[in-house]
Amino acid sequence: MIFFVLRRSFFAIVLLLIVSAFTFVIFSALPSDPAALTCGKNCRPEVIESNRERLGYDRPLVEQYGAYMKGIFAGRTYGEEGSSIHCSAPSLGYSYDRHECVTTLIASTLPVTASIALGAFVLWMVIGVGLGTLAALKRGRWQDRVATAFSVIGVSLPTFFLGLIFIMVFVIWTGLLPFPRYTGLTENPVEWFMSLLLPWFVLAIISAATYVRMTRNGILEVMNEEFVRLGIAKGLPRRRLIVTYVLRAALVPIVTIAGLDFAFLLGGALVTESIFNLPGLGKLTLAAVINSDLPILVATTMVSAVFIVVANTVVDILYGYLDPRVRVK
Amino acid sequence: MSDSANAPEPPVPSVGALSSEGLSPFRMGLARVKQNRAAKAAFWVVSFYVFVAVFAPVLVRILNIDPYALDREAINDFGLPAGQLGGISWDHPFGVEPGTGRDILGRLMYGARISLLVGAIGTLLTTVVGVTLGIVAGLRRGFVDALIGRLGDVTLAFPSLLLIIALANPMTQRLESWGVPAGNTARITYIMAVLTLFGWVYMARLVRGQVLSLREREFVEAARSFGAGTGHLVFKQLLPNLWPQIIVFVSLSLPGYVALEATLSFLGVGLLAPAASWGIMLGDSVRYYRAAPTYLFIPGVTLMVLVLAFNLLGDGLRDAFDPRSDRQQL
Repeated sequence: MIFFVLRRSFFAIVLLLIVSAFTFVIFSALPSDPAALTCGKNCRPEVIESNRERLGYDRPLVEQYGAYMKGIFAGRTYGEEGSSIHCSAPSLGYSYDRHECVTTLIASTLPVTASIALGAFVLWMVIGVGLGTLAALKRGRWQDRVATAFSVIGVSLPTFFLGLIFIMVFVIWTGLLPFPRYTGLTENPVEWFMSLLLPWFVLAIISAATYVRMTRNGILEVMNEEFVRLGIAKGLPRRRLIVTYVLRAALVPIVTIAGLDFAFLLGGALVTESIFNLPGLGKLTLAAVINSDLPILVATTMVSAVFIVVANTVVDILYGYLDPRVRVK
Repeated sequence: MSDSANAPEPPVPSVGALSSEGLSPFRMGLARVKQNRAAKAAFWVVSFYVFVAVFAPVLVRILNIDPYALDREAINDFGLPAGQLGGISWDHPFGVEPGTGRDILGRLMYGARISLLVGAIGTLLTTVVGVTLGIVAGLRRGFVDALIGRLGDVTLAFPSLLLIIALANPMTQRLESWGVPAGNTARITYIMAVLTLFGWVYMARLVRGQVLSLREREFVEAARSFGAGTGHLVFKQLLPNLWPQIIVFVSLSLPGYVALEATLSFLGVGLLAPAASWGIMLGDSVRYYRAAPTYLFIPGVTLMVLVLAFNLLGDGLRDAFDPRSDRQQL
C-alpha cells in the first residue's frame, strides 16, 4: 500500500512538472509581448526594455522556467536593489498591470471561490444523492419520473442562463434577495451566506443533475448484486439493507467523482463568478484575459492544474485503499 | 410492444422477432430507438432546428424579417423596444433587440447556424481524432499505447475551460497571422481546434478499450489468419463494431459543444458582434434585465430546447446501443 501511494505521488509530481512546463511554453509563445504590456500605450522603448530585463523576459525560456520554479519555493526578487520588487515564498510571478505579486492576488480571491465551491458541493451532493436514491427506490413511479426529468433539464441548462433566470426571478421580480455583493465570512456571516445563496443553488442544480442519474443507476446496479439478495434472504430490514449495504457500495465511485468535480470548481467557477460578480479566482482570470495580464493567467492555470492533479491522486489512492484490486495494476 | 412472443420481458422494447433475422447490433439499436417516444420527439425537434438553420436565408425572406437591419421605428426614444413584451408584433414575431431594433426571430435563425455548425464540426473533429488515436493505441499497444495514454493524462490535468478562455484572444490573433480570415472565422476555427484538443481523450479511451477486447475476438483472428491487412481490420472488422459507441458519444457531446459556444460568446471570448450567436444575444440581454426580459428568455429558451433535445436523443441512443443499460432493464 505504501509503495502504491509513493508511486502515485511520484506520478502526480511528474505530471505537474509537465503541465507547468506546457503552460509556461504556451503562454510564452503567444504573439503578445509581456514586457510591452507592463506599461501603457505611449510607452517609451527604454522603459519596456528595462522592464523586460527586470522581469527576466530577456532570458532564454528554460532559464525563465527555472527562475519561476525556484520562485515558488524560495521567493523571487525582481530588479536590482533600490527599485526592486520582492514576492515572498510561493511566488507565482508579478503582475505589472496590478502592481502586485500574483500570489497575493490569488490568496485574496481563493477564499471566495472556495466558499462558492464548498457550499455548492454540499448542496449538490444532498440534492443529487437524495433524489437519485429516491428515484432508484421508487423506480418507475412518479418520484422516479420527476427525478429523471430534473436530471435531464438540469444537464441541459447552460450555467449562465440558469444564473440569469435566478437573478431575474429572485432579485428583480420578487426582490426576495438583494443583488449578490460578496462579503467575507469573517466580516458578516449572514451577508456572506445571503450573497452566496444564489450561486450555490445555480451550481448545485446543474451539477446535481448528473449525480441524480449516477446515484440512481449505481443503486440499481448494486441491488442486482449477490450480497443484496443474501441480505433479503436473510431477512434484513429493508431500511438497514439499503443504508448500510447498498448505499455504501453505490456511493464509493460517486464520492470519488465528486472529489474531481469539486477540485475543478476550486480552479474558478468562471461563469458563476462572472454572472454574480463575485471576486473569486474565475473573475480574476477573466479580468486578466481582458487586460492580457499573462502572469496572472499562467498562475491561475497552474493553480487549477494543481487542484485537479492533487484531487486525482487522492481519489486514486482512496480507491486503492477501498478496492485492493486497483493497486495491482 | 405489439409483439406477443416477447411477453416474458415486458420492459424491453421488443426486437426479439427482428434480431432472429440476423440484424446487426446497429440495426437492433435503431429499432429500439424508434420505440422510445422521448427520443423520437427529440429527433424531430433537432431536425426542426437543422431545417431552420439550413434554410435561414430563405425563411427570413418568406417571413419578411431582416436579422441585420436596424429598425428605428420598433424602438422608442430610450432605445427600448416599443410596445408590449419586448416589441412583439406581426412585423417582429419574437420582438426586437433593445438598442438596435433588429429582429430577434431572424437573429435566432442565423444563430442556429452558428450553434449547429460549431457543435457539428467540433464533434466531428473530436470524434475523428479520438477514434483514430483510440484505434492506434488499441491495435499497436506497447509504447504507442502508453504514449497516447500519458498524453491523455496530461491533457486532462489542464483546467480546460480556463485555458480555452485565457487563450481565446491571443490565439485568435495568432491564427489571423497565419492567414486564417480575420474576425469570426478565426474565432470559430480557434473554438473548434481547442474543443478537439481537450475533447479527444474521452473518445480515445472508450475506443481503445473496445479495440483491446475486439482484437482478441474470433472474427478478428479469422480475418487476420486470412492475411487481412491493417486497413481491412480497421475499416471492415473493427469500425462496424465501434459505431454504436461512437454514435452515443457523438450525440452526448454535441449538446455540450453547443452550450459551450454560447457560454464563450456570452463571456465575450467566443464570437463577436455583429454575429448572431445566441450567446452574444444573452450576454447583451444582461444590460436590459428590467426593461426587456423577453430578450433574455427567448434566446435562452431557444438554446435550452436544442440542448435538451440533443440530450434526450443521446439518452435514447445510449439506452438502445449500450448493452449495459439492457441489463438494468431486466
